Amino acid sequence: MDKKLEPIVKAVQSKFGATFEEFRDEVHLFVKPEQIVDALTLLRDEQNFELLSALTAVDYYPQETPRFHVIYQLTSIAKNLSVQLRVPVNGSSPKVPTAARVFDSANWRERELLDMFGIGFDGHPDPRRILMPEGTEGYPLRKDFPLGYEEPQFTFNFDEIDLRKPYAKE
Amino acid sequence: MAQLEEVSLEQFKHLVSERALTGETMLLNMGPQHPSTHGVLRLLLELDGEVVVNCIPDIGFLHTGVEKNMEAKTYQKAEVMTDRLDYMNTMGNNLAYVVAVEKLIDVDVPVRAQALRVILVELQRIASHLVWLGTSGLDLGAMSMFLYCFREREDILDIFELVSGQRMMTTYIRPGGLWRDVPVEFEKAVRDFLKMFPKRVDEYETLLTKNPLFIDRMVDIGYLSKEVALSFGVTGPPLRASGVNWDLRKARPYCGYEQYDFNVPVLTEGDTYARYLVRIQELRESLKIIEQAMNKLPMGPVRSENRKFVPPPRSEIGVSMEALIHHFKLWTEGFPAPKASIYSAIESPRGELGVYLEGDGGPKPMRVHMRTPSFDNLAVISQIVKGHLVADLVAILASIDIVLGDIDR
Repeated sequence: MDKKLEPIVKAVQSKFGATFEEFRDEVHLFVKPEQIVDALTLLRDEQNFELLSALTAVDYYPQETPRFHVIYQLTSIAKNLSVQLRVPVNGSSPKVPTAARVFDSANWRERELLDMFGIGFDGHPDPRRILMPEGTEGYPLRKDFPLGYEEPQFTFNFDEIDLRKPYAKE
Repeated sequence: MAQLEEVSLEQFKHLVSERALTGETMLLNMGPQHPSTHGVLRLLLELDGEVVVNCIPDIGFLHTGVEKNMEAKTYQKAEVMTDRLDYMNTMGNNLAYVVAVEKLIDVDVPVRAQALRVILVELQRIASHLVWLGTSGLDLGAMSMFLYCFREREDILDIFELVSGQRMMTTYIRPGGLWRDVPVEFEKAVRDFLKMFPKRVDEYETLLTKNPLFIDRMVDIGYLSKEVALSFGVTGPPLRASGVNWDLRKARPYCGYEQYDFNVPVLTEGDTYARYLVRIQELRESLKIIEQAMNKLPMGPVRSENRKFVPPPRSEIGVSMEALIHHFKLWTEGFPAPKASIYSAIESPRGELGVYLEGDGGPKPMRVHMRTPSFDNLAVISQIVKGHLVADLVAILASIDIVLGDIDR
């Protein structure tokens, strides 16, 4: 771990009881969903992490507790450091408090996670789907969402497959 | 198939002002089919006369599920999807993904491959900025800029065709090095470009930089403050035009960027004109990097010798049994990556292009997330267009330099 990062990790650990992992010099801090807004505020205001570089999630299906990890990648421009916060969330009605009031960039990124993973963000100012059209069923980036495919048609079975092919309706 | 719901004003109620509900201001769709939106972008504008009161971007028209598709492919094969994200920066997208894979599996890259990567990515940066310059000139009525810029861009695309066989979807940078060494004509092609291009940048500047019409349309338009930019996650030239010196090539060098001597242009004005000036200066800085890299381009292999991750050269397959086995294993099964996650980022022409990559111990990624710069850079538009005219919105949108393939993924 970077020497400059040690006091920051200690501060987050002592305040939130966070556990941490390290891989290839990257530090991952695990915090509980209800602590995330405070943790982000602390890192932004006291430790100069002014840029939320990425906000994404991972689905560990079929594991249910926790099924998702919501990932906050923070960058400090003043100190040239990075730290990652991870929030484990359970599979049944996943919910995390919104970070849109701490970082404006979280607004669209959280809408993307709502759209793609079905993770709800409590208190989000604009909870609509962002990439998929309104009214889409399911959450495409979940592991139990099938990757669509098209059946290849040959001369001998062209008509048979054509009957069940999902063409756009008039 | 899911039924698409009728979209009503109810959904946008919290985003527009109260005057829109009484009909005092007008709601107008700009796009999805509009030449100034640089792709398939819909902007829902609330207008008071010709002044923009609110701007609500609606994206997703180009969503192709790249991240989901990559989960179903091996690490090598998923790379071709990255070309299709930001189609103005294909080499850079390859590099971002490849750097992430190399970090995850921990494989070395020969110095010649590193230097060639830098040359190609900087050429790509110039090509991308040329498209931006041409199209934003077009948006502001400078039609000839478009033709000049695309003429020079064609030379760069010819170089890409020379090395990879493709003008745009190159997939030339591979985990552990490059697909193959550059051909002998490469050096002359790049040298010719280096000789020709500085004069062309001077020409562009003669046409635009001091042009009073151009200055009138750009100065004090779309002011973006440092605080707003950081909070919205804006990176790249728009951030540097707002006075933040943040360039990943300097701050966290990858591919040996620390060996090259170049400046990071930073301006504090934060308006459309500052963003224009930053990109014009970046064209010259990229030329400096290419020239230095060409001058000390080392000889040697362009692919790692680590056969567990990098396929052997074609010539070895005929004479070595191990090479044949490695070739077969790598192209049928792929290589396993550790059960761990990494985040790595490079500086694309538009900003921080980050890749979050998580392996599950097998040959396919568990999760790939592309942190694309245009996504965050577009989000800030709703803040900076308020109070400007519709015509200025076009100038601001051009100065942000968005690519819709990059946003919608």
